[in-house]
Amino acid sequence: MIRFLVHRTTIAVLVALTVSIIGFGLLRLSGDLAAALAGDTAKPEQIAQVAHLYGLDRPLYVQYLDWADRALHGDLGRSLFDNKPVAQLIGERIGVTVQLSLMSLAYALAIAIPLGVLAATRPNSWIDRLSLGLAVFGQAVPNFWFGLILIIVFGVTLRWLPISGSDHFVNFILPTVTLGTSVIPAIMRVTRTGMLDALDSDYIRMARAKGLSAASVLFKHALRNAILPVVSLTAVSLGFLLGGSVIVESVFALNGIGFLAFQSILRTDFPVVQSIVVFVSFAYIVLTLLSDVINAYLDPRIRIG
Amino acid sequence: MTSIERDRLTLPTGPAYELEAPSPRAVMRRRALTHPGFLFGATVMIGTVLVAIFAPLLTSYDPFAQDLAQRLIPPVWSAKGSFAHLLGTDGFGRDYLTRLIYGARISLIVGFGAAGISGIIGTSLGLIGGYFGGRVDSVVMYLVNVKLALPGVLVALSLIAVFGGSVTVVVTVLGLLFWDRFVVVTRSVTQQLRINDYVAAAEAVGASSRRIILGEILPNVLNHIIVIASLEMATAILVEAALSFLGLGIRPPTPSWGLMISEGRNFMFFQPYLVAIPGVAIFLLVIAINMLGDGIRDITAPEGRN
Amino acid sequence: MNRRTAMVTAPPSRQASDRVLEVEQLSVEIDGPAGALRAVTGVDLHVGRGETLCIVGESGCGKTMTSLGIMGLLPRRARLSARRLALEGCDLLALGAGERAALRGNRMAMIFQDPMTSLNPVYTVGNQMEEIFLRHHKGGRNEARERAEYLLQKVGITAARSRLGQYPHQLSGGLRQRVMIAMALMCEPILMIADEPTTALDVTIQAQILHLLADLQKEYRMALMLITHDLGVVARMADRVVVMYAGQVVETGTAEQVFTAPLHPYTRGLLDCIPVPGKTLRGSKLGSIPGMVPSLIGPIAGCQFRNRCAHAFDACTAAPVPLRTLGPDHQSRCLLDEAPAPRLSYPASAEAGR
Repeated sequence: MIRFLVHRTTIAVLVALTVSIIGFGLLRLSGDLAAALAGDTAKPEQIAQVAHLYGLDRPLYVQYLDWADRALHGDLGRSLFDNKPVAQLIGERIGVTVQLSLMSLAYALAIAIPLGVLAATRPNSWIDRLSLGLAVFGQAVPNFWFGLILIIVFGVTLRWLPISGSDHFVNFILPTVTLGTSVIPAIMRVTRTGMLDALDSDYIRMARAKGLSAASVLFKHALRNAILPVVSLTAVSLGFLLGGSVIVESVFALNGIGFLAFQSILRTDFPVVQSIVVFVSFAYIVLTLLSDVINAYLDPRIRIG
Repeated sequence: MTSIERDRLTLPTGPAYELEAPSPRAVMRRRALTHPGFLFGATVMIGTVLVAIFAPLLTSYDPFAQDLAQRLIPPVWSAKGSFAHLLGTDGFGRDYLTRLIYGARISLIVGFGAAGISGIIGTSLGLIGGYFGGRVDSVVMYLVNVKLALPGVLVALSLIAVFGGSVTVVVTVLGLLFWDRFVVVTRSVTQQLRINDYVAAAEAVGASSRRIILGEILPNVLNHIIVIASLEMATAILVEAALSFLGLGIRPPTPSWGLMISEGRNFMFFQPYLVAIPGVAIFLLVIAINMLGDGIRDITAPEGRN
Repeated sequence: MNRRTAMVTAPPSRQASDRVLEVEQLSVEIDGPAGALRAVTGVDLHVGRGETLCIVGESGCGKTMTSLGIMGLLPRRARLSARRLALEGCDLLALGAGERAALRGNRMAMIFQDPMTSLNPVYTVGNQMEEIFLRHHKGGRNEARERAEYLLQKVGITAARSRLGQYPHQLSGGLRQRVMIAMALMCEPILMIADEPTTALDVTIQAQILHLLADLQKEYRMALMLITHDLGVVARMADRVVVMYAGQVVETGTAEQVFTAPLHPYTRGLLDCIPVPGKTLRGSKLGSIPGMVPSLIGPIAGCQFRNRCAHAFDACTAAPVPLRTLGPDHQSRCLLDEAPAPRLSYPASAEAGR
């Protein structure tokens, strides 16, 4: 197991490095940054001054190392829009995004896993068809549109729930349903397939041959095996939720880092965008590494080798 | 002759019990014609393609022509609707049905284009990694991991903000976003095929790697690629709609369904049809593509799946 | 501590019977797209205490389905019907699902062909053995563990205590099969069904496992039902033999009867396929049975073997053939009144030299 984890960690570090370079490179794409900073009417000497001021006339790799060094110390630069430290901007808003992501994940798991298990134990029954139908629906519906429809139905017509702002828990209900519904299909499918495979297997037949109770067969033996791929998928989904919150936060005007990223892109405030991209990527890398660890622990074939 | 041979001669020669197995093509055709998902998906897809191609013949309106005197007319089933505008008009007085039909073009172009580009990138990487293994494969997997770690939507938004929102840019950006699933599937299938005897035979004859990959392996990976391509096409359409909705996708006044939803958002509370109709269109097209992909997978699956 | 070595849980009082398992007219049908498949049709068999019954036949002849039907482990799409199915005189058909489950692993145990896939990879060997004991007996974990350790030793596994904490993938194939046997013995069943227990193993290990099974059977006086397609295993282990073909029993008798004087042409054909050292002529063709098994869908028309039989005649096509008793406890589903002539001929010198 140790060898497996060392291997995975090495890859994770390499990927993280690459991602940071790409994120850094994003900023440079927009053309001459110094000219953009200096303004439209700036003369060449002024542009050169700005370039020198921001260290933009140094070789690229030096700029990267400088940026990386500062980033590791918590200094992510300053927003071009309001000159606030990027780290502070992110810090103020990360809570909303994390809350939204976790709630969406919990909602998705609470629906997808039981449905997947039920569907597998009663193939071709109405519940099987319902869950597959839900999966098809969840994958095909554009989530921003779904959010708008929810707003129309629940926020306006029925007036049950608020439709914007992020002050209270209640504000998060509609966004959670919107975002969570997009990950339900995948989790439900994987659970269902995993359970079907497990229930079809020889060791389940063996468990029945031992006279074990139905509950024991289902949960102790089948689910325990079927859950392995679901764990990996959950971690990946969480990473996806963090990145995909851009859309939902924009629809519901939630003040999270997704919405901040979107606004910053519109304002060409690239230091902020760059930092958020790198941040979200790192979160994803850490999550997948964590899921590898959990997987290795749960599966004795990897744990003991 | 021995008694064995004598026995053999007297054995009854009854009706032949060899079953003639139908050809793979015949099996696939039979499956295709009885598979409800495939039929539904194929019908909708073909219908949409035809509608997109023959758009000018289907509607006399110009999708860009504004007529401010005719703004916000509801669809024909509503009280104030009329048959002149079957799906009503939008905030600029443009006929909604026409916008919807021309919007299908955008969705299809984006879908096929993005799936095509990411398919080429992903399949190539997958073939190379799966066939050569070792270091080459490690590099391929490393690239996939990097791609997976990046938040696709954010990167796409940034790129489009920088390079502009023409259809070409959008298709290219999306094409660069979705090749990872192609790689994973192609790579694993290639690895399995690689150990087959006919590959070893080709190598023994001295065929070059390129010939083997293109000639032996690629044809067998093809049906997997088609299935993935359909799924990625659906995803591309959804993401394009989201990007356009946010304002960082297709530029107005080009009729993209996502853009139409965004424009309709301002009037959402009193004229919900502006938001509902394009969304339903996206939903139906995506479902159809997904069912088509699932159907192709079921049809081309080897026997014994049941 | 006597619990370890011999625990007999007395079944509710039933009439005593020296026949542990009685099966009359067992049939299994499987629903499929083309119609109902006759996996098993009208099988009669019985096994007594300390007796070994071997069920022989080629793949698909229904031997596994028969055993699954007896155990109550048929897949969802299969339907079982039988005139009588009794374990120690207790009518299994009258029991509910829960009561049936209470008997499985307890009074009747089954061993499957592939020990690797039959063991759950995420739990230790000890855990999987102990759970059987805990399910069927009121006792603690410690009792269960001691019994598991004892049984592992009994089946010839060294370092039994440490084996309990190991996972299936850490054991070799032969060891796993021994574990399976030990697991089957946890509650001292009266009936053990073994479905191809040695097929997945190396030849040298096969002999050991069969030897082990024979010893354990003698010690515990179990009724052993052994399913196999390997006539060598039958020759070695069987007291009585049931030959199955296309879902039906085509011959049953003692091992000696079936091997030395097979009545049914199919049995004769099976035996002819085996080369006999010293007797089979060098260069002569081994017997083979041409043709294929008939379709198992639709009603039975005449003898199912007739299209592959060298001795078929008109009556064989007319109506399904009943099982006919042609000797003491020796039955055959064939219209021939005496054993068909052997097809292999031996040189006169070999005959004389016998």
